[in-house]
Amino acid sequence: MREITYAQAINEAMSEEMRREKNLIFMGEDIGLYGGAFGVSKGMFEEFGPERILDTPITELAITGCAAGASMTGLRTIVEIMFSDFMTLAMEQLANQAAKNRFQFGGQGSVPMVLRAPGGSGTGAAAQHSQSLEAWVAHVPGLKVVIPSTPADAKGLLKASIRDDNPVVFLEQKLLYRVKGEVPDLDEDFIIPLGKADIKREGKDVTIITYGRMVQRCIKVAEEFAKDGVEIEVVDIRTLVPLDKETLISSAKKTGKVLVVHEACQTGGFGGELVSVVVESDAFFYLDAPVKRLGGLDVPIPYNPGLEALVVPTEEKITAAIKDLL
Amino acid sequence: MKLSKEIHKELYLKMNQTREFEETAARLFVEGKVHGTAHFCIGEEATGVGVCSALEVEDYILQTHRGHNQGIGKNMDINKMMAEFRGKATGYCKGKGGCMHIADFSVGSLGANGVVGGGLPIATGAALKQKYNKEKNITVCFFGDGASNEGAFHESLNLASVWKLPVLFVCTNNLYGMSTPVSKSMNIEDISIRAASYGIKGIALDGNDVVNIYEETLKAKEYILENGPMLMVLNTYRWMGHSKSDAQIYRTKDEVKEWKEKCPIKQHKKFILENKIMTEDELVAIGKQAVEDIEKAVEFAENSPEPRIEDIFDDVYA
Repeated sequence: MREITYAQAINEAMSEEMRREKNLIFMGEDIGLYGGAFGVSKGMFEEFGPERILDTPITELAITGCAAGASMTGLRTIVEIMFSDFMTLAMEQLANQAAKNRFQFGGQGSVPMVLRAPGGSGTGAAAQHSQSLEAWVAHVPGLKVVIPSTPADAKGLLKASIRDDNPVVFLEQKLLYRVKGEVPDLDEDFIIPLGKADIKREGKDVTIITYGRMVQRCIKVAEEFAKDGVEIEVVDIRTLVPLDKETLISSAKKTGKVLVVHEACQTGGFGGELVSVVVESDAFFYLDAPVKRLGGLDVPIPYNPGLEALVVPTEEKITAAIKDLL
Repeated sequence: MKLSKEIHKELYLKMNQTREFEETAARLFVEGKVHGTAHFCIGEEATGVGVCSALEVEDYILQTHRGHNQGIGKNMDINKMMAEFRGKATGYCKGKGGCMHIADFSVGSLGANGVVGGGLPIATGAALKQKYNKEKNITVCFFGDGASNEGAFHESLNLASVWKLPVLFVCTNNLYGMSTPVSKSMNIEDISIRAASYGIKGIALDGNDVVNIYEETLKAKEYILENGPMLMVLNTYRWMGHSKSDAQIYRTKDEVKEWKEKCPIKQHKKFILENKIMTEDELVAIGKQAVEDIEKAVEFAENSPEPRIEDIFDDVYA
């Protein structure tokens, strides 16, 4: 199978869907000729033209509401928010309007839009350009939330998100944009349905439930433990909403030991929800140890590279947490 | 422009229906039949009725929380409006939205909004779709004087201007944002001058003159399809408090009285009689019809079932 980057996979997903669906438009800041702040949309302006690839002013609230309005009336839309931190500027339209309209209008209309935004630390961009805000959006009924960890997942999940009739918040991982991985050949039907977790590494001794950038890190730690005969199962949830509870629960039953890992601040993070899914299920009776949770420190992301690397779960911290469980 | 008798009939009936709807709604509160709140537009009937009656079904509107006049203007079903106000399963939102969220996509209403300024960005999107499909229709976005201080107002007018989107931004200036007078929330008297900041046309009209509002909306639509968005400010007055729980200690009885003299329904009646468009008897008959329409709506709502908790997850997702 061919290898492409995570950014190319996202570009392919959007381009294939735009070729297939003439009513699909894409808007955002500097996504046209410039190709997007992270180069994700390179070449799309040339192929689809200014009527479908819309460069916007710096106006996140209006872009998001504009996409919601266009989607409510018959178009399908993709919005790129340059950094997921700037969802704060768009939150009113996302959480009060796009998410709630169908419900509060008694089922009239739907809002088929995808809001794409990169999150995560590690680029030296400090506190306002590095957050992982998935818990905020996962808390709003009406939104779906996706965080892919590989190029293949990014492509298949984005195509599914674009075809979904609901507003989907698609949180990309900045540090994964240049990472390569195997992706099936150009294919209109390469779709990964939302709501299906993926066991990225099988194991029988410990389960790590994680998502996004932390997936590769957890696999690396698991490979180290394998040298000592400890087999760790790494479950990538891929979509936070809807959440594939069954896969989490059955893995927890199999191993009896569970660690939840995410980059976002621990307090109020989505990890608490993942822990609850396990301990509220009958997997509780299979547990050999208390479920552990490892999130980022409860601090804004700092600038200094040494500090920045240490405020999110490191390989060392994940290793120590696994040892505690064993 | 000389409006036909039919148009005058329509405007007069819709304004009377709105007035009757709201006075009845206020009474239902007193009778303890309504849970929640409502925001009345008594005194502002000409704004929504005048603008919306000049539109086609394919023109969209975004309504405000104070928008019964807009809904009735756009030919929404009064029975379903009343049922929603009562929280019944037969209401526009199946009892899940209340009158702050009434919507009827089939007549082009993309919904009322509980957030001040919330409809403005959505309006740009509906208009973008109209432009994308090369439709000959526009999107009308209602909002109040208060919303014109929100970021959503500035972002939406700017975006609509740079993309030349077919939006008529209608600011209903009723002089108060809840209790705060316009004079304390902005340093200008004429809100329409804000249009200049975005390089678009802005006009200010008497918000109680339904005939003029109707005519100016027709002209605005033509202008917008040719030139892009426009801001129309309708200066009017809110007779009632902000919501049902407002004791109105922030304004004088004289001020309210003065504005009641400028009643939009009385003004229209005077115009019709002076120009011999209809007789006094004809107008009385229209008034009677409005009362009957609302009585029927109240009965429909009263006899409608409550929504069931079993259906609560319906429509959270498509």
